[in-house]
Amino acid sequence: MFKLNNVRYKNIISIKELSIEKGQTTCIVGESGSGKTTLLKLLNHMIDYSEGTISYRETDLKSLNAVLHRREVILLPQAPVIFPGTVRDNLLIGLAFAGKEPVEDERLLEELKKVGLSHKTLVEDAEPLSGGEKQRLALVRVLLMEPEVLLLDEPTSALDDERAEEITAYINDYLTTGGKTLVLVTHSKHLAGMMGRKIVTMSNGSITSIAEVA
Amino acid sequence: MNEIIEIGPLRLLSGYLFILILLALVKNLEIKKEKEIIIATARMTLQLLAMGYILVYIFDQSRFYITLLVYAVMIFFAIRNIFGRIKAPINKKLRHVIILSMTMGTVITAFYFLLLVINIQPWYEPRYFIPIAGMIIGNSMTGISLGVERLIGEMKAKKNLVEGALMLGATPRDATLNIVRDVFTSAVMPTINSMVGMGIIFLPGMMTGQILAGLSPLIAIEYQIAIMLAILGSVSITLFMLIRFGYLTFFNKWSQLEE
Repeated sequence: MFKLNNVRYKNIISIKELSIEKGQTTCIVGESGSGKTTLLKLLNHMIDYSEGTISYRETDLKSLNAVLHRREVILLPQAPVIFPGTVRDNLLIGLAFAGKEPVEDERLLEELKKVGLSHKTLVEDAEPLSGGEKQRLALVRVLLMEPEVLLLDEPTSALDDERAEEITAYINDYLTTGGKTLVLVTHSKHLAGMMGRKIVTMSNGSITSIAEVA
Repeated sequence: MNEIIEIGPLRLLSGYLFILILLALVKNLEIKKEKEIIIATARMTLQLLAMGYILVYIFDQSRFYITLLVYAVMIFFAIRNIFGRIKAPINKKLRHVIILSMTMGTVITAFYFLLLVINIQPWYEPRYFIPIAGMIIGNSMTGISLGVERLIGEMKAKKNLVEGALMLGATPRDATLNIVRDVFTSAVMPTINSMVGMGIIFLPGMMTGQILAGLSPLIAIEYQIAIMLAILGSVSITLFMLIRFGYLTFFNKWSQLEE
């Protein structure tokens, strides 16, 4: 799905070769500052690489429409942005950006329930939510857009173990039903081992090892 | 009653008594501003005297190219003033947008009002063209300065919201829609607010001048209404052009935020 060759971004990233297969989960692990988040931004085309090539579905990323690309390959940052407005506004804003039809309230409430936010109403202000609640709200927002590739940056970092498992199951459900691709950045080797078919370890902006999980 | 009272040099000189009072006051309060006051007074006097003679010459000549040259000089200094007023760095593309907005916005409004609303004959009649175009340019300059300052400030303050929207596949236009709306409102509101107090709280400068010059207050009001509409029109058009093209200068061809 993605192929990276000799990609450099400033002094932060230097990747000789990496491929990300369709329908698989690739986990990126490594110390803080190893370039994991930057790699996700490169794949989402939020930043531009100075050297090398990144291709998506065998087309050079630079020749693709970046806005349309980001609707298909969506990045969920570790501290997701909450837009001014209600919980409903925040859930539907991604669909609105993509020009897609809004989803019925019933479905929204159902999704909130699945991520442990059943105590929240659609009309309440989203800003006062806690860090973990914002993370889950943003995850639902992204999955409603049905991306082909999901780029998740530490999606369970603000959650306790029990909640983290719930969210992991929620993400897995999405992936298995549609044959979708996931690139997951995590510092948790346990989570990486549990979810990933391929585990990429990064250090100082480079890939130090790639392990396939049977 | 309708005759103009000419002040004359001697009585005008007596007006400078207030400068002497001010100098005495600051000396008494030990505020070391004497030099600035003297320089400001001298500059005001000399600049206005020079402008008076220049205008007499231009009005006597009444040539279209002189009128257009004065217009170009006013635009040039207005744009220079905008660049000088804004403290934040302005990128090259945004500078071009400011130049384009100021020039196009004021030209469209000035020509519309001078030729169609006031219907001056000939079209370059400097007695009308220069002061009215000056007011349009001056007010647009203030509007654009406010707008640019706000646009740069908001793009910086709300960078994470813009980035968050882009990550979700928003176009740069959608990602900055709230910022653009806010910029337009905050820059156009001072002009709208000034219209509200007009005639009740204060008499505008142009109207006061015309009345003092012996013109009927009713005609002065006609002119004042026309010029206020022209100013509002010009501020709106220049701001619209600024926001329409200005937000794009913060993005590159891949809809990424410029660093």
